[in-house]
Amino acid sequence: MVTPLRPPVTHPAESPAGRRTSDGSTSEAWGIAASVLDPEVPVLTIEDLGILRDVGVVPGGGVLVTITPTYSGCPAMESIRSDILAAFAEAGWRDVRVEFVLAPAWTTDWISDEGRRKLEEFGIAPPVRRGLDRLDHPGGSSGSVLLTLSLRCPQCGSPDTRELSRFGSTACKSLWVCNACREPFDHFKAI
Amino acid sequence: MSTTDSRTRDTLATYVLSLADDALVSAQRMGEWIASAPQLEEDVALGNIALDLLGQARSLLTYAGSLTEPVLTEDDLAYWRDEREFRNVHLVERANGDFGVAVVRLLVLSTYLRELYARLTVSTDETLAPIAAKAVKEVDYHRDHATMWVLRLGDGTEESRARMQAALDAEWPYVAELFDGGYVDLALVEGGAAVDPAQLRPAFDRRISDVLAEATLRVPDVRPAVTGGRHGVHTEQMGYLLAEMQHLARSHPGASW
Repeated sequence: MVTPLRPPVTHPAESPAGRRTSDGSTSEAWGIAASVLDPEVPVLTIEDLGILRDVGVVPGGGVLVTITPTYSGCPAMESIRSDILAAFAEAGWRDVRVEFVLAPAWTTDWISDEGRRKLEEFGIAPPVRRGLDRLDHPGGSSGSVLLTLSLRCPQCGSPDTRELSRFGSTACKSLWVCNACREPFDHFKAI
Repeated sequence: MSTTDSRTRDTLATYVLSLADDALVSAQRMGEWIASAPQLEEDVALGNIALDLLGQARSLLTYAGSLTEPVLTEDDLAYWRDEREFRNVHLVERANGDFGVAVVRLLVLSTYLRELYARLTVSTDETLAPIAAKAVKEVDYHRDHATMWVLRLGDGTEESRARMQAALDAEWPYVAELFDGGYVDLALVEGGAAVDPAQLRPAFDRRISDVLAEATLRVPDVRPAVTGGRHGVHTEQMGYLLAEMQHLARSHPGASW
């Protein structure tokens, strides 16, 4: 199921004569993989989300797509794999493999600016940028409960919001409510 | 493969399987809370936490299975082993009690796992390290969630405080088993692949006693229970848990869905 640390193919190998140029085929392959939508947040592509790690054209013309899960138990991985295979099949590509890697561990900081904008438009408050990993700070999370700074409501823009539940409809989200417009909204948790 | 390599693989497989079974069995037990927790939000929370643990279990089982001869899949290991072949501690298999017990177990388990995975992120084993790097972020969030409940219920009403203390007293005899490193091969620890769980105890005690003090609860002074989970000796409740977890796969061998 998971093959951590298998080094992804990062450079296109020679493609067979008469086919696409190696550079062209790799960027085309990347474009196909990058168009696949996340099944849970269908406004985001897997590229926006930062889970598409690599697309390589391997000797002989096969394609190796490498993706990483947001959370260890993310149930969407199998569905994303089949969506990737379907997207390549539709574009006329054969011999496509999808591999899962765990390292380096995904972080919400990999969500692109475009992805963050789309999330907010979709009604999901984007994650706060983590910058330094708080696990690196000795005692940084000992004893007391972690604080999340208040979020801006993606519906009305008010900063007057509160957390309703630390866990939401999927592993990657928590549930919030806006005190101004009274609308509940999802927040993409920063990890 | 030389005899030494083969022995190392066996001891590594046993070690990884122990980690996997703690995660798998606690995920299965915690999943029973879905639709039974005191609040809808808590159904979702415990369901999500169980899902994280299940994800960790899947990675660990897959790795453990890759080390055995012949190679076994995660499903072979989860569904086709019998009770005596499971290596999890008793704490995670015990039948669910009230919500206070669930909160105490989650605090104990997540505090232990956080210390464990944090150290395994620098394991010399290049499969364990990335699994741990992923998992440590997840269990840190679980610990945070458990802490919030312990503070709220411990430093709550007379009733909630009494039930939290009762839950602590009931679960505490099963804490020692987490830190008994008898099942971990010394060579693995010396080589930097595995962690001797006994070394996690001081940090665990410090964190737990901080939380309990803030929650006006006391660390129980009780004798450890007789256990043996790391050697396949389980409680009566384990059989019922496995029956539920395994019956579908065993009734329809090879089925996929």
